[in-house]
Amino acid sequence: MKMTIVVHSGDFDKVMSALIIGNGTLSMGGEVTLYFTFWGLQRLVRGELSGGPLSKMHFLGLGKRMMRKRMKRNNVATPERLMEDFKALGGRVIACEMTMELLGISKSDMEERWIDVYGAVGMYVKETETADKTLFI
Amino acid sequence: MNPDIIVDVTGETCPVPLVEMRKAVMKAEKGSVIEVKGTHSASKQEIPMAVDSLGLKLLKTEETGGVWRIFIQR
Repeated sequence: MKMTIVVHSGDFDKVMSALIIGNGTLSMGGEVTLYFTFWGLQRLVRGELSGGPLSKMHFLGLGKRMMRKRMKRNNVATPERLMEDFKALGGRVIACEMTMELLGISKSDMEERWIDVYGAVGMYVKETETADKTLFI
Repeated sequence: MNPDIIVDVTGETCPVPLVEMRKAVMKAEKGSVIEVKGTHSASKQEIPMAVDSLGLKLLKTEETGGVWRIFIQR
């Protein structure tokens, strides 16, 4: 089973969801490609994977701080750990070059060890041609 | 049952038990037995599903006092 996921949102919880679904699919023997674009692409900037706001109840950062505390207490894996596992299980990451130009981000700003390839929409379409499922998060 | 590899995911929650099981399977030699031990109840159900999807053999599942053990053969 092959899955592609467009990570359009840079919200903390949505990036978590993309990584959890990605890791679950890889763990069950599937192939996964994450295509980071727009606000999602910002999460590939060095040190920014966990930097997004909560999509709901962010409350100027207070909600997120509470969420992170609860995650720690309940032993929920951090986005960093999930990304390391995703790569260890063979998951692929595409970074959208058009977004990089748009937001003025250069390759030297990026967490390059996570990125397999820089590409544009054509690469996402090509990857998805052979996929069984695609998600937009 | 004498496992070749023991994966202890006690106290870990979704998706860590599943991921750690997969990592162990990747490292395991063909024919070897992996024991996954944990406490997250959803993982007790989903690890056998993953075993099925991966085409591995589920040898045994047991649970005592909230701790489950799943034995898998690669």
